[in-house]
Amino acid sequence: MAHALAVHGLEKRYESVEALKGVDLSVEEGELVGLLGPNGAGKSTLVKIAVGLVHATRGRAEVVGAPAGSRAARADLGYLAELFRFPGWYTADEVLELHQRLARSEGGAAERARLLELVALADARDRRVEGMSKGMQQRLGIAQALVGSPRMLVLDEPTSALDPAGRRVVRVLLEDLRDRGVSVLLNSHLLSEIELVCDRVAILRAGEVVAAGSPAELSRPRGIELETDEGTRTVEGATREDAPRLVAEAVAAGRRVYGVRVLTSTLEDTYLEAVGDEVS
Amino acid sequence: MTAVLTIAGYGFREAVRRKVFAVVIVLTACFLALFWLANHYVFTRLSTITPPADVNVDTRTFAGAFLLGLAMFATLFLGVVLAVFLTLGVVSGDAERGLLQPLVVRPVGRTTLLLSRFLGAAVVCIVYVLAVYGSALAIIDLTGHWTPASKVAPGLEIAGGVVIVIAISILGSVVLSSTANGIAVFMLFGAGLVAGLLGTIGHALNSPAIQHASRDAAWALPFEALYQDGLRLISSDASGLTGFLLQLGPFGGAYVHGWGIRLWSVGYLCIALALAVFAFSRRDL
Repeated sequence: MAHALAVHGLEKRYESVEALKGVDLSVEEGELVGLLGPNGAGKSTLVKIAVGLVHATRGRAEVVGAPAGSRAARADLGYLAELFRFPGWYTADEVLELHQRLARSEGGAAERARLLELVALADARDRRVEGMSKGMQQRLGIAQALVGSPRMLVLDEPTSALDPAGRRVVRVLLEDLRDRGVSVLLNSHLLSEIELVCDRVAILRAGEVVAAGSPAELSRPRGIELETDEGTRTVEGATREDAPRLVAEAVAAGRRVYGVRVLTSTLEDTYLEAVGDEVS
Repeated sequence: MTAVLTIAGYGFREAVRRKVFAVVIVLTACFLALFWLANHYVFTRLSTITPPADVNVDTRTFAGAFLLGLAMFATLFLGVVLAVFLTLGVVSGDAERGLLQPLVVRPVGRTTLLLSRFLGAAVVCIVYVLAVYGSALAIIDLTGHWTPASKVAPGLEIAGGVVIVIAISILGSVVLSSTANGIAVFMLFGAGLVAGLLGTIGHALNSPAIQHASRDAAWALPFEALYQDGLRLISSDASGLTGFLLQLGPFGGAYVHGWGIRLWSVGYLCIALALAVFAFSRRDL
């Protein structure tokens, strides 16, 4: 069965700048994959190649088995660009109607109403884009990406302009999409958001994937913190399985144990380790 | 077909919203009002103009063809203004503003998207050019009771010239920013007109070098040649001294004309559009 999205040995060169240096990545059906990395790491280039906006220098990208950028690939794809704009004189409903026609969606008014409801814009159906806040426009952009029920959804910084309530709306929406079998590639700077919703994470640095795995896999054990009558000490490298032995040893040595805590690195720690001191 | 109409309608609404039509309609109304006034005074006083007895000039034909030539120039200019402002940012401008990307990723595809924008602009400009040209013809007929030998073909040739400018502008929009493209197209348009004027002078002076240079320019920029051919058609029945004076220009005369340039114009249009589609298909957005 074809991956929802698969890129193999993807390279992209902009004159003297090597934006991607042989990236391999896949998104399975119904999987939510997060893309992390500092500015200039190649995330947006990767996303743009996947949706056919940018041509790869070498390697290949496929959407549900079809070459990225082909008509078949575009038919299975929904995309929210990082920097996008809808004509200000269109209403929310008209924006979706325009995209329904271009996506050849037969959902009609019912689909438009459902999508606006999903992104909490049901009351703004007839409001013009120019009268919307940035957050509303971003949610409208997400609704636009969902027109035609795409199998693969690519979202480039979908929550950058949203307030906490708007982010929650999007988070719930992403979880709902995953439950319905839609695959999502989510490019975001918000580690907490990625950690909360993504099944897998890929961290890019200087055009290469430097870490990949589930948030749990990337959150490695960091040690055990033991609180005794002598004070608190950290046993580096110890795992959860070492905890009973460490407590037993302390008790045998005549110490009183008040607390034991298993320390794990957060996704943020892993990210900072992976990208080094590179500043976004 | 739905996608073509959708994209063309999208471009049309964009032009309405940006007041492109409002500006062009105001300019056109001003031009037609002034043109009517000029015709009124010229033809009212025509009977008082008496050429020397040994000069055989048909003053009504001369005035009518000269004024219609002026109207054709204005129609071409206004048509080009409309064409350029409808299309100068179709690719680069819309991509810079983030309007293009959500459309390009849809199944409709880049080729359909670009050709639909071309078709939309072409239909609008053809209707506009024919309407203004028809109005000018009607004004001359009503005020001066003069009509040219060929009424429809000159209007179609000006419309064809404007369509070629649209194709050049769309090609430019793929590779240049909106501002650079607008400047480039207007400079090309100006260069074409200057070459045409030089050609007219070259023919009057019988200068082979100027004739050759202006002929090359007309083939390189065939909108100018179509305009020249239109001018030739409106005065094709003027003979003798009247015809000679009209050919001196600036609103008369033709040194490149006929079916050769018309066929080349169609080929030129296809080449410009094919280049635009090819460049757009290769362009990163």
